[in-house]
Amino acid sequence: MKPSIKLTIISSFVVLISALFIFLYPGCDKGYSSQVQGVERAKLTSAPYVPQPITRNHPTKVIVDLETKEVVKRLADGVEYVFWTFGGDVPGKFIRVKEGDEVEFNLHNHPTSKMPHNIDLHAVTGPGGGAVSSFTAPGHTSTFSFKTLNPGLYVYHCASAPVGLHIANGMYGLILVEPKEGLPPVDREFYVMQSEFYTEGTYGETGLQPFSQNNAVDENPSYVVFNGSVGAITGDKSLTAKTGEKIRLNLGNGGPNLISSFHIIGEVFDKVYGEGGTLVNQKNVQTTLIPAGGSAIVEFTVDVPGTFILVDHSIFRAFNKGALGMLKVSGKDDSVIYSGKQKDDIYFGSNEEPNQDLFAGPITVEQTPGSNQTAVNTEEKEMDLSAFGKSIYTTTCAACHQANGEGLPNVFPPLAKSDFLNKNKEAAINNVINGRQGEITVNGKKYNSIMPPSNLNDKQIAAVLTYVYNQWGNSGKKVTEEEVQKVRKKKNLGVK
Amino acid sequence: MKNCLSQKRFLPLVEMTICLIVCFSIITNLNAQTNPKMVLIPSGYYEPLFKNDSSEKEKVEKFYLDVYPVTNGEFLEFVKANPKWRKSNVKKIFADGSYLRNWKSDLELGDEINPNSPVTNVSWFAAKAYAEWKGKRLPSVAEWEYVISSEKNIQKISDWYSKLSPDKIPPVGSTEKNTFGVYDMYSLIWEWTYDFNTSLVTGESRGDGDLERNLFCGNSSSNSKDVENYPAFMRYGYRSSLQANYTTHNLGFRCAKDYN
Repeated sequence: MKPSIKLTIISSFVVLISALFIFLYPGCDKGYSSQVQGVERAKLTSAPYVPQPITRNHPTKVIVDLETKEVVKRLADGVEYVFWTFGGDVPGKFIRVKEGDEVEFNLHNHPTSKMPHNIDLHAVTGPGGGAVSSFTAPGHTSTFSFKTLNPGLYVYHCASAPVGLHIANGMYGLILVEPKEGLPPVDREFYVMQSEFYTEGTYGETGLQPFSQNNAVDENPSYVVFNGSVGAITGDKSLTAKTGEKIRLNLGNGGPNLISSFHIIGEVFDKVYGEGGTLVNQKNVQTTLIPAGGSAIVEFTVDVPGTFILVDHSIFRAFNKGALGMLKVSGKDDSVIYSGKQKDDIYFGSNEEPNQDLFAGPITVEQTPGSNQTAVNTEEKEMDLSAFGKSIYTTTCAACHQANGEGLPNVFPPLAKSDFLNKNKEAAINNVINGRQGEITVNGKKYNSIMPPSNLNDKQIAAVLTYVYNQWGNSGKKVTEEEVQKVRKKKNLGVK
Repeated sequence: MKNCLSQKRFLPLVEMTICLIVCFSIITNLNAQTNPKMVLIPSGYYEPLFKNDSSEKEKVEKFYLDVYPVTNGEFLEFVKANPKWRKSNVKKIFADGSYLRNWKSDLELGDEINPNSPVTNVSWFAAKAYAEWKGKRLPSVAEWEYVISSEKNIQKISDWYSKLSPDKIPPVGSTEKNTFGVYDMYSLIWEWTYDFNTSLVTGESRGDGDLERNLFCGNSSSNSKDVENYPAFMRYGYRSSLQANYTTHNLGFRCAKDYN
């Protein structure tokens, strides 16, 4: 009796201790230690690059050195701007630390700076996000420290007076605080930050452009860009990836005013960490919002090769103000996921009777309707035929040859009093059946356009040509189904 | 922060007392009007940029102001006569490590430095000592702002603030003359003022509108008299980032003098 009680007590004690151990030792299952160990210097990167993921399994003391510098750089081709920067570029350097790290932050203001600067990191818990402690005169350095309590992707920016001006001139960047368990592995990571510039000159006006306070207050930018200038991530500077790779974009929006509707043309975001937090709060997203002074993380796999366009889907910003980037994916096609162009057909509009033939299959001589119909003889039927011809003309021919048959000067030849038309009925029928390409002289004027082959059947062609021959002072000829059929056969034989 | 602020506030008071005694004795013996490099600024009103309990317009009595900022050549004479203000002798608490850093040596400007360009990389202490040596003083913020306020074209001032500092600062008198006959008030350098630290903004400029912070006039734009005057914001911001021993690439000074 006694030994068994003893055993029970001992075993329950062991269970209790191990349970306590598991509870009190956070992350012990992953070998994570919450003890701050060691010192390291943060490696910072310029956009669009992101520092390597952090592999250590404990927080550390991280020393960050960041320099504020005022520089003249390209804003667009032929357009320069005085940028105020964190690290010499817009956006500022990308900082990557881990949850629980103790960061010693050294802000160096370059001696040639005209302005004092400071830094407000949204990742900092404390007054001003560090702004108070980092206010730095030109030629000086400020140091302050903080602990990264909250993981996530955060904006940092300058908050010196006048704050709007410092941000408008380019003083922002991103700091990623990795959660202690790290982020899921991906093949490639990029850093893309949207922002606006307010210049005195309009978009594209060349020269060194001064800041326009009025436009900034009106929130009417002349430029909306990714990574600090028009074309910063297009052409040779595009983001690149290979098919099958998993991509993570660390997205920021420096503002100062606009919210971004971030979209990649031809991609769907598999996962979105909304507003740059640590929770994947949505899957399969087309367009995600990035608040001014906020962020978002998106992940997706690139399945097919091609160029994928990054835009702010407030679309005039993309095509008229510069908010456009490129992701170039190389690798093997997958025609099941995306076929590329399989066919290019002429389309005459959905009301068009002949198009139904498209779905029924190609017209062949044998199938040509109308061959079993008798010739139209009565006046009544001729009236009907004329109305039928007119309706075909209106829907099929008038777009180019115009309702009055005059055509368009230098582009589409006239049918009205056309010497070409009236001279040779067979040529006219042939052109309607097979189309026509190349130079043609009509009433002494040269034209060089393309007339697509029609999908009209014999009866329709006969009707429309008869209509045309009896309008606008033309020769008044009549075209029969048999004549059309004959020309069609000839052509058919010719091909054979 | 508070400690250093109260220090900052205290220092000028002591200095001012000493200065007043010194200045008074010298000023009575000198007539600035005979000095062609100063002009008489008529009295007028200056409206502080920031609202506070006493946000009335401030009267500026008539005073003399240097037509040009103090040049390297002039400052060289000063350090020749006052060895303790030479580069190698100056105490760190009066001028930081970049004091006169572009000068070749204690008493040589070197080929890179134009003697007619304004002296920069000088501390507030050094500027004040120079002014006293000349029988003058530094202008107050109110006086300085009153003089620049005669320029109504804010954009013109903004334009300088939004340009980079050139490596070599042009000579004095190379930029515009204002209606008072004073040159280079903007578009050449920043300038020390006597009480540069009395209208402080904090590093957290966005919180400075808080009325509890009587220490500051506040920089939150909602409390500003003139939200449109970005250059003024920049000057206040700039001054606030300074301490009296700081020296900077594009920060110099000019002197003022009481009318009688």
